[in-house]
Amino acid sequence: MQKLVDIAFGVSNGSLSASDVVEQHLARIETRESEIHAFNCVTADQARQDAANIDADVKAGKKVGVLAGVPIALKDNMCTRGVATTCSSKILEGWKPPYDATVVSKLRAAGAIIIGKTNLDEFAMGSSTENSAFGPTKNPHDISRVPGGSSGGSAAAVSAGFVSGALGSDTGGSIRQPAALCGVVGVKPTYGMVSRYGLVAFASSLDQIGPFANDVRDAATLLEVIAGHDPMDSTSIPQPAPSLVSVLDHGVSGMRIGKVTDLPEGCEPDVLARLEAAFDALRAAGATIVDIELPSITYCLTAYYLIAPAEASSNLARYDGVRYGLRIDSPDLNAMYAATREAGFGDEVKRRIMLGTYALSAGYYDAYYGKALKVRRLISDDFARAYKKTDVVLTPTTPSVAFKFGSKTDDPLAMYLCDLFTIPTNLAGHPAMSVPFGTGAHSLPVGVQVLAPTLGEQAMFRVAAELERAS
Amino acid sequence: MSDIATLPNGWQLIVGLEVHVELATKTKMFSASPNRFGDAPNTNIDPVTLGLPGALPVLNRHAIELAMRIGLALNCKVQPCTFHRKNYFYPDLPKAYQITQYDHPLNVDGHLMLPGDVRIGIERAHLEEDTGKSTHFGGSSGRIHGSDYSLIDFNRAGVPLVEIVSRPDIRTSEQARQYVAELRAILLAVGASDAKMEEGSMRCDVNVSVHKPGTPFGTRCEIKNVNSIRSVGRAIDYESRRQVDLIEGGGVIRQETRHWDDSTGRTETLRTKEDADDYRYFLEPDLVPLIPDQAWIEAVRAALPVLPAARRNALGQLCNVDKDGESAIVVVERGQDDYVRSVVDAGGDPARALVYVQQAFAEQGPTPKIPASDLAALTNLERAGKITSTQAKTLLSDLIDAGGGDVAVMATKRGFEALDTTAVESMVDAAIATESGAWLKYCNGEEKALGALVGAVMKSSQGKADGKVITALLRAKRSS
Repeated sequence: MQKLVDIAFGVSNGSLSASDVVEQHLARIETRESEIHAFNCVTADQARQDAANIDADVKAGKKVGVLAGVPIALKDNMCTRGVATTCSSKILEGWKPPYDATVVSKLRAAGAIIIGKTNLDEFAMGSSTENSAFGPTKNPHDISRVPGGSSGGSAAAVSAGFVSGALGSDTGGSIRQPAALCGVVGVKPTYGMVSRYGLVAFASSLDQIGPFANDVRDAATLLEVIAGHDPMDSTSIPQPAPSLVSVLDHGVSGMRIGKVTDLPEGCEPDVLARLEAAFDALRAAGATIVDIELPSITYCLTAYYLIAPAEASSNLARYDGVRYGLRIDSPDLNAMYAATREAGFGDEVKRRIMLGTYALSAGYYDAYYGKALKVRRLISDDFARAYKKTDVVLTPTTPSVAFKFGSKTDDPLAMYLCDLFTIPTNLAGHPAMSVPFGTGAHSLPVGVQVLAPTLGEQAMFRVAAELERAS
Repeated sequence: MSDIATLPNGWQLIVGLEVHVELATKTKMFSASPNRFGDAPNTNIDPVTLGLPGALPVLNRHAIELAMRIGLALNCKVQPCTFHRKNYFYPDLPKAYQITQYDHPLNVDGHLMLPGDVRIGIERAHLEEDTGKSTHFGGSSGRIHGSDYSLIDFNRAGVPLVEIVSRPDIRTSEQARQYVAELRAILLAVGASDAKMEEGSMRCDVNVSVHKPGTPFGTRCEIKNVNSIRSVGRAIDYESRRQVDLIEGGGVIRQETRHWDDSTGRTETLRTKEDADDYRYFLEPDLVPLIPDQAWIEAVRAALPVLPAARRNALGQLCNVDKDGESAIVVVERGQDDYVRSVVDAGGDPARALVYVQQAFAEQGPTPKIPASDLAALTNLERAGKITSTQAKTLLSDLIDAGGGDVAVMATKRGFEALDTTAVESMVDAAIATESGAWLKYCNGEEKALGALVGAVMKSSQGKADGKVITALLRAKRSS
């Protein structure tokens, strides 16, 4: 697999042609996309044009960015000027954003070539991409199995070699879970590290953009490009992007690695075995394993499924057929709203809108949404106590390896349990990442999740790099 | 207190006002689009204004500052605050929620003083964003239901608003009018808004209820679409009377929102409490808490101009007139009180300076072009009795037409040969002689008889004598 840092290095010194790189990747897409369905759209013409421009710049001796010529895919919930942004929903039919998301501008400025927009569970609601209005994405390791979700298209695109890096969004695990299932690296940065401007909102207080890549260095390189303060996002942290690539070789000697003693049950044995192996590897590299407790972790899933739908019910109310996207004409305004939203949204989106609307209703707010906010504080307190004793925490990314299509679609709760280990970090606003660490049942990839406190990305990446060396 | 008298059988009116004002910022509350009234529809828009997917709000610092000015001018406490989403569906609300302040508003617990030292409590003055403007075509009502189609102008969407909520301390429709007028004067003085009710940059919702003193307040109705100060009074008078008639007829007041129709002079049900939206308020996750630091608050406070009430007070003292009287109100509203002061500083007569400015300077703006010393000279001519008050008026308009000048020269040009007091006195003596009957009656206390005597002097002076001087002379002669 071609590393993105190698591509950028080669393109910028003229030993590689960005156009050739793009053609190679488009050829791989041509060969395998019909069975994988990672993309909602491939912007081949624009990619070729952008690559030609990069090559011309290199020839002219102009300075090119750190991602010069690197083919990148974007989850199709990030706005791209003039290119359809669908969120894999019928409701946004025909809508082309008049502006680029901040991450898109940053990628372009760094010389990245955007290859296309990837499939997702509709509005990022799901853990398998089965909720896409345009059909599911297949896991490149076994096309009878899901790639995970909601950023399944981005994970699959990197895993299949269609691109050398991709961006996803993570609200409750939507980067880390598909990364684990597809055997790639996936990072959810600290809330506020990457601008959300231009990311179509699911749950604003939880959403965070992050990278997918083939290895830890590529992921660190991508994150350094997209991170940093953005005045267009009020929740953006007012400080520059962290230096991550520089710490990857620092090792873990002397670091403290947290092991959750009260981890919820329900993990496949192979997954737990890989987690133990990860602890062993870090111990062997000089780290100390520290027992920690996260007593509120059992309430996180419930709290998440109140907070995220509550925010979603508000964020998705704007899709009303009045200004853009789908409109089903009807005799009066309320009928038009109802018909448009009935036709435009899929079942899971409707389920969450109803759940969230209910949770925020007069008379129910305190019992549901209000209580969920309290859990959010409790889990943050749990983490605060834990991080006095440890530098990072290690858990499985997901309870199981990639599962078969249809195996959880009739049971929303079983699907929600996929996010058991990923949700707590979103509630706390912390960073976490999934690193491939061997295989489990059916020889499918297993991911190990490294969690860190707010702005603890350097420690997190050091540990991730060590795990990669050991795997 | 005549309005209370209009409510029969001891009913007492209770009014609270919610006033929305558009802030005079250059750009919108959460984006860089211009905040400008009257532009071509849908030209001052951007992804944030339109609530496009992925767009995020960023607070306008100037809007916060103007809101703080309003709060401080209304004696509010300025405090750390948060923003909430108020969720409801309407075509001109592009995000399907309005960003507003809920349980922690920027300004709380203030008050505003009305003439006669009536204190009206201010519960809060919070920041929020305006909606777009819908226009409905076809149908009869001008409302969305029954119309053929509607057009929306999003230029107004996202314009910063401050909503000023009074406590239910208002007891008469006259007080309500005074409250709105005073609030408007304050908003203009601090430069927070152009506060034009006719353009909608200042809008009033009026909460009206009635009760008998000593009993709990009655159920209130909220009246919308009250678009002028005059309508505020009319709507309250109508609505309070409607409520009393309904209760006395055995009916019950329902809590509801009512629409004021200025042409019929009536209020009509718009929606009842039962079909009110559940707004599902929750903390706006796209914004962070706003915590204005003390230094900023104090800087804004220090930069506040002297407010209308204090200026009326000072003007009243300077000119020895009622601070709540018409002349003080009008002159302060026009911002011409400083000018009156400069006329006095130039040696002018304070009371006359105030009257001249009130009567003749409506078009002049806060800094009239006429040199203060010229106006001072005019007041002194009149005070010295060298010209009559009628002649003074003529010279005043000459002065304005010329943009200033030597009033003594102007008086000569006009032939206003000022009669000195000795000349007038001899004419008075002559009139006493010729109108001896009238003089006798006047001396016996019949004030009406004065008219004939003054008239005789005016006639003999060919109108050049000052009526006031004549009267004073006659009075002096009677009592000597």
